[in-house]
This record gives sequence, structure tokens and C-alpha cells, in this order.
Amino acid sequence: MSTVRVEADRESCISAGRCMAANSSVFDQDDDGIVVVRTTHPAPEHRDSVRKAAYLCPAGAITLRSAP
Amino acid sequence: MTVDTALLPSYPQDRKCPYQPSPGYQELGGEGPLHRVRLFDGKWLWLVTGHSQGRRLLADPRMSADRSRADFPVVLPRFEAPIFKPLALIGFDPPTHSVHRRLLAPDFSLKHVRALRADVTALAHRLIDRITAKGAPADLLNDYALPIPSMVVSELLGVPYDDHEFFEARTVDLLQAKSPEGAEAAGQALWDYLDRLITAKERDAADDGVISRLASRVDGVDLTRDDLLRIALALLIGGHDTTSQMIAMGVVTLLEHPDQLDLLLADADLVPAAVDELLRVVSVTDVSGVRVALEDIEIDGYTVRKGEGVLVSSSMTNRDPEVYPDPYRVDVRRTAGSASRQHMTFGFGIHQCLGQNLARMELEVAFTVLFERLPTLRLAVPRADLAFRKGGTMQGVHTLPVAW
Repeated sequence: MSTVRVEADRESCISAGRCMAANSSVFDQDDDGIVVVRTTHPAPEHRDSVRKAAYLCPAGAITLRSAP
Repeated sequence: MTVDTALLPSYPQDRKCPYQPSPGYQELGGEGPLHRVRLFDGKWLWLVTGHSQGRRLLADPRMSADRSRADFPVVLPRFEAPIFKPLALIGFDPPTHSVHRRLLAPDFSLKHVRALRADVTALAHRLIDRITAKGAPADLLNDYALPIPSMVVSELLGVPYDDHEFFEARTVDLLQAKSPEGAEAAGQALWDYLDRLITAKERDAADDGVISRLASRVDGVDLTRDDLLRIALALLIGGHDTTSQMIAMGVVTLLEHPDQLDLLLADADLVPAAVDELLRVVSVTDVSGVRVALEDIEIDGYTVRKGEGVLVSSSMTNRDPEVYPDPYRVDVRRTAGSASRQHMTFGFGIHQCLGQNLARMELEVAFTVLFERLPTLRLAVPRADLAFRKGGTMQGVHTLPVAW
């Protein structure tokens, strides 16, 4: 199964928190409410919820790339 | 292009059922994703009922939310009021919008909201204690649904809850005004109230909530005192009316779907998904966003021309059958799991509701505590006797008599 690499653009983040609601082991918010990616190469069991996080982000700040 | 607006369907249309869009909207939803509709002033705009189209248009930087623009659509007479023209958090474009949003991010983050949950739960229990002590019937709107978000937003902002009758009534006057003058008078009363409150906080160097924190950040450049007032006004208005009506309308919806209520009561893990389903169905503001096109925009065979207005309907994008099979059915298990679908009730794009995490938490607590404490809750009047808001977009009920 291919894995994904998770990137989050902290500049465009609007702190909606939808990513963290979808998967709080991959996504976190810092004290300012801005997205932090806790693990850039999440385990395969997180794949669906990470995709959901990218879909939910209202600011389009989360990018998923296929990781080698 | 000239459009003969006389032949277009009108917008807005009142609901026949409190939690389903008007039959006229439902008909439009079956005909395609974008529709021209006629407004009160004889002008027209694009009503978007397609979920994918709504998402893309609200995330498109070529769509402006700037309500001070001359070409910004006026959906209802009350939006002619000057108080609505520079509306913070809803009606500014970047870079101003981004500055305001980032200033507020820490207070509305998921983490901060989660930390408030125990206090909100205790508050809900106190309100139920008061309701049971008084005995049936109760007005669930004024005895429960309204005090929860109203007390929470007061505490968060640092607005004295003792003033709640004033700010709640003026907010309803503002949001339900039938004329620009009515809206302006109510908005000005709230503006003057917040102006006095901020002055007192500045004088006392207060440290009691979001307004105090922002008052200390006023620098006349990134944040002016008028910006602070506009933000405080938007937070106070946005922080209680919609959530209270969502609690009330959610209860009406659940009581009419006892099988769904039973599912919810049987499985506490289902509560967040059930709240999302109720948010989808009720679509309490009925609007995901209003914009004006800054350039010609092609979308799925339609052309939105520069200067044309767009209104994304939450009640109808939330019923796009491409995303929600059997969209008019209430199904509290619908949004559970990892499916890539999300209702548009909080909007989308950079203006998505700042308070959505707070609202979700308040709703989860409100429904859970209510039905745990009063499992035999029922309407104290026939549903046909309930009086719902008419003539606008913001849905709601005037009172909600219940017994148990």
C-alpha cells in the first residue's frame, strides 16, 4: 500500500481545526491555533482520516503527496 | 446580458416544514447546480444548490465577500443598513480579513473549545435543574437553548451576562429587521453598548476575555478601535442567536424522528455525527455565503460574470444527492466514519464560521444533557402551533413550549 506525505501550509491555515477533529494524532494546533503536522508520514491506518482532513480544510492548506 | 427578473423564482422563500427547504428550492435543486433568482429589489443573483460548485466558489479568491462594494448583492432590505456594510469576519476580504481571523484563532481553536466543555456541561445541568424545579411546561428556547450559548459567549468575550436581555433582544431586532432603519437602530444600540464596555475595559486595563485581549492589541494600524468594535459586534451577534436556534430546531427535528433520537441516546459515540447531521438538515442560517464575482468565472458550463452576485444555499447544497443519497431523510449515522463529505452549514473557504468548534461542542452538550435529564421530553403544544421565523434566511422558532 502506498503511503502519503502530509504537508500543511501554516500561512494559509485559518485555524478551523477540522484536520485535528478528523485525526488528532497526525494534526495538532499550536498555542496560536495554527496547524502543526505531528507526523509527515502517517501509518497506513490513518490514510482515510488524513484524506478527510485534507477534504475538510476550508482554506485548502493541507496537501497530500504520494511518498516513495 | 439583460435578465427578465419577473420570470425568475423569488429568494428567499419561507419553509413549509421547519427543517426542510421550501418546495420552490427543492424544485430548483432538481434542475441543476446554479440558478438565477429574483431578490426583493428586483435584482437577481445566482443561487447555488450544487455542493461541489458551492465549495469551489466559496474557496475561489476571485469571489469577494466585501460588503462595502457597490456591486455587492443586497439579499434583504436589512442589509442596506450601514452597520452591515463593514461587517467584520463575514464582510471583509484579505488582507484585513486574515488579520482579524488570526487575532481570534487562539480563542476559538479546537483545543481551547475542548477545555470549556466541562463548564458548559455544568451550565446545561444547572439550567435543567431550574427547569425541573419550576415544573412543566418550560419554554425550551428561553430557558435552555438561548442561555447556553449566550452565557458561553458572554464569558468568552468578557461581556457581562447581566446585560443578556438587552443584547439578545437587540440581536433579534438586527437579524430579523424588515427595514434598513430597524436594523441600523438595533445595530447602533449594540455598537454604543460595546463602545462603552470597551472604554471601561481600557480604563481598568481589564484582563477578562477576548475583547480585553484585543483591546490591548489596538495599534491603529493592523487593528483600529473601530476594527475592535466591529469584531466584538460580529462575535456577540454570531455567538448566540444561531446556536440557540440550532439547539431549538434540532430538538424539534429529533422529537419528530424518535427512531433517530433513540439511536443517539443508545450510543454516546454517535453524538458528534448526529450533531453534524442535524446541522446539515436544519441549515439554520440557510446561507453558506454571499459573494460578488471580481472576474468572469466559468464553472461546469455556467459563466458567473464579473459583478454578478452569488449566494450559496446551505439547505440545498446540503441536499445535493451527489453527496448525500436520499438527502431529505434524517439519518444521524450518515456522517459517521471517514467519508469525504461535509455539510456547508458553516460555509467554506476562508470565511468558514469562526465559532464552528464552539457551536459543535455546545450542541453536543445541549442535546446530551437535555435528553439524559428529560428522557420523556415532548412538545407541550401541537407542532402546527409553533411559530417559526418568516420572511428572511435565518431560521428559528419564537418560543418552544415543552413538557416531560
